[in-house]
Amino acid sequence: MSTATTPEAPPTTSTAVEKKGGFTAAAANYIDERTSVSTMVKELGRKIFPDHWSFLLGEVALYSFVVILISGSFLTFFFQAAMTPVIYDGSYVPLKGIEMSTAMASTLDISFDIRGGLLMRQVHHWAALLFVASIGLHMMRIFFTGAFRKPRELNWVIGFVLFILAMAEGFTGYSLPDDLLSGNGLRIIDGMVKGIPIVGTWISFLLFGGEFPGEVIVGRLYTLHILLLPAIIVALIALHLLFLVVHKHTQYPGPGRTNMNAVGQPVLPVYAAKAGGFFFIVFGIIMLIASFFTINPIWNYGPYDPSPVSAGTQPDWYIGFADGALRLIPPGLEFVWLDRTWSFNILIPLAALGLFIVLAMIYPFIEAWVTGDKREHHVLDRPRNVPTRTAIGAAGVTFYAGLWAAASSDIIATHFKLTMEGVIHSLQFVVIVGPFIAYFVTKRVCLALQKKDRELVLHGFETGRIVKLPGGEFIEVHEPLTDYERWRLVSYTDYEPLMIRPNSQGRITVGQRLRAGFSRWFFEDRISPVTKTELEAAHGHHDTHHELDEKSAH
Amino acid sequence: MRENKKTAGASRRKTGRRHPLATVALIAIGLGVTGGAYAAVNTSTASAETQIAAQSTIEEGEKLFQANCATCHGMGAAGTDSGPSLIGVGAAAVDFQVGTGRMPMQMNGPQAEEKPVQFTDEQVKALANYVASLGPGPSIPEDHLTNGGGDASNGAELFRINCAMCHNVAGAGGALTEGKFAPALDTVTGVHIYEAMVTGPQNMPVFNDLNISPEDKRDIITYLQYVQDNRSPGGFELGSLGPVAEGLFIWIFGLGAIVALTVWITAKSN
Repeated sequence: MSTATTPEAPPTTSTAVEKKGGFTAAAANYIDERTSVSTMVKELGRKIFPDHWSFLLGEVALYSFVVILISGSFLTFFFQAAMTPVIYDGSYVPLKGIEMSTAMASTLDISFDIRGGLLMRQVHHWAALLFVASIGLHMMRIFFTGAFRKPRELNWVIGFVLFILAMAEGFTGYSLPDDLLSGNGLRIIDGMVKGIPIVGTWISFLLFGGEFPGEVIVGRLYTLHILLLPAIIVALIALHLLFLVVHKHTQYPGPGRTNMNAVGQPVLPVYAAKAGGFFFIVFGIIMLIASFFTINPIWNYGPYDPSPVSAGTQPDWYIGFADGALRLIPPGLEFVWLDRTWSFNILIPLAALGLFIVLAMIYPFIEAWVTGDKREHHVLDRPRNVPTRTAIGAAGVTFYAGLWAAASSDIIATHFKLTMEGVIHSLQFVVIVGPFIAYFVTKRVCLALQKKDRELVLHGFETGRIVKLPGGEFIEVHEPLTDYERWRLVSYTDYEPLMIRPNSQGRITVGQRLRAGFSRWFFEDRISPVTKTELEAAHGHHDTHHELDEKSAH
Repeated sequence: MRENKKTAGASRRKTGRRHPLATVALIAIGLGVTGGAYAAVNTSTASAETQIAAQSTIEEGEKLFQANCATCHGMGAAGTDSGPSLIGVGAAAVDFQVGTGRMPMQMNGPQAEEKPVQFTDEQVKALANYVASLGPGPSIPEDHLTNGGGDASNGAELFRINCAMCHNVAGAGGALTEGKFAPALDTVTGVHIYEAMVTGPQNMPVFNDLNISPEDKRDIITYLQYVQDNRSPGGFELGSLGPVAEGLFIWIFGLGAIVALTVWITAKSN
């Protein structure tokens, strides 16, 4: 590890080092003597990162964020966040002579009249889509492997807040060009805000500086988009990564891997090189996509005007679940009461989505409360070994996916030649009943996989080799697992349903009962890992190749 | 769709399956008919000749109509329980419905779907002439209204205000209720767009000349032809479907490629 870039001991004199290591060593020494950076490099450089493809998903999010920052900075040089009306006189013929806001005109100029502008716009937008998508996949990895357990609950919450901030960044950015599509999107948000009883109208007026659309909203969104939200995101990313370093990285179960160690590559030199190279791979893929595929063609949409609404108006994918909720809510839930309109067709989706988001955010605490497990966990769960959690996750994914799909209900209808009503009703079914189906199916699949694992550990693989014993009996020879394979299959935590016990006052509290109920729900159906005794018992009578000879001997 | 584009777009693009002399012949016929019509006002002898020519196409059209359309639309186009009366729908409606292959209708459904055109251009014209002879109605628009010589930006604005809520801003089409839909406009010719506006086929409303003037209709056609001829400057359009297609693309191809690469990067060397 003692390369020139990681000076380990402060040298006595600088001349001695110069002779030994040349310029690099001298420079490193110069910096170290003034910053004491070597302690940090030593600490970080020896940080161990286990290798698994799914551990790179968070990195994808980080790298696409860097790409967003770079391309976004380029765009700020040319974008003008003002809603002053101007007559467009740029290169795009079908918009020449049309009145539009300065924001729209400058975005068109970026697209048609500034060298590299369109590429940068497309890089920025594609990278933003990839950013949120990779966060989503990263979160699913964390959830299904139980990486949010102690000590990482807070980091889950930070990550979740980052996910919400990323969506906010996306939405504010989507609204900036002031084109027809984004204007429609803003109008939907305005409608949702106005649907909140009593305060809604005032919040909307505050946001838009008067009646929608007004002349200030683009400027305000721009401040949020390039100043406030990125600053918070950068700060939270720093905190997220700091926690990652403090906690050590998690690892999948395997031979030699325990909660006390981390098995993998040190950051320096190989892992750092890999990660650095991976940044350029992600950057390269974004550039390729942005070069070949149009995104957000605002020249098609034209300037925002409250009167036209285009068919097939949708938000970017990550806001789709909210749009879908509005599309799926049945009509007729709006009524006048106390001289006010109560728009339950807006309030119910808002409440449902709010509840969903909050539940997902605090899930680590709920699970910790149910299991009562206060231990630290650095070894990940295989999803099948925690059937209830995996099933809950599958139910959540189904709910989200149903809402998400509903945002494209019209496109599904036209492209699959279905009726719109049919699509809407099917998706209502998916969103309401789908999660339960997903829950039960997933749980059964997990339990079945656990049974299969158990079978493998106890009896080994079937070899397909049939042997006739001297007594005339036919048996199939089973190949036992190697110690390494067996380790992976048997080393997991087995929780049992909580017993209700009276507390120190001799009373059984409601909280206790509730917790016991949850615990029963979580752990009633379970497959225990194979114990040593079971294993020995199985091998005592079983027909491995070696034992076969013994058996045939007597 | 493709077939339709070829036959209908031939006069504009000068490519297709027609005989090279077809254009010359068409121009000759056009000149003959216009000249004849002009002469009809002046002299009675010339008028008699053109009337005979028109009469013969009308008769041909009637035969075609009786063979192919009368089952639903009735003898003499008076309509039956299965199809409406066509008296007074005009030549434009026939040219649109038959010229895009929607008629004769393949099957009953939420709306008549486009399919390969069933008749030659001459037969379509004969049918149109026959139906036009039954009662006054919108006629096939003149070339200067449909050749895309108008103001694209005015057309684009009118399109956004009047058409985009069903056909999508980029003319990519959109869903209506109960399985009906507004079709994509990326391959429709100027003549058919004009005819659709004046006749309101299927579920489309009629945009008459008081609502959108012929010049404004020409501008809308100009805009649509601009979009047809100038593909997106940003690269492949993913069907001009907007954020849904983009989201699907980034999840399947973007993230898919990246996950494949993460697997490659973390693979253990053998």
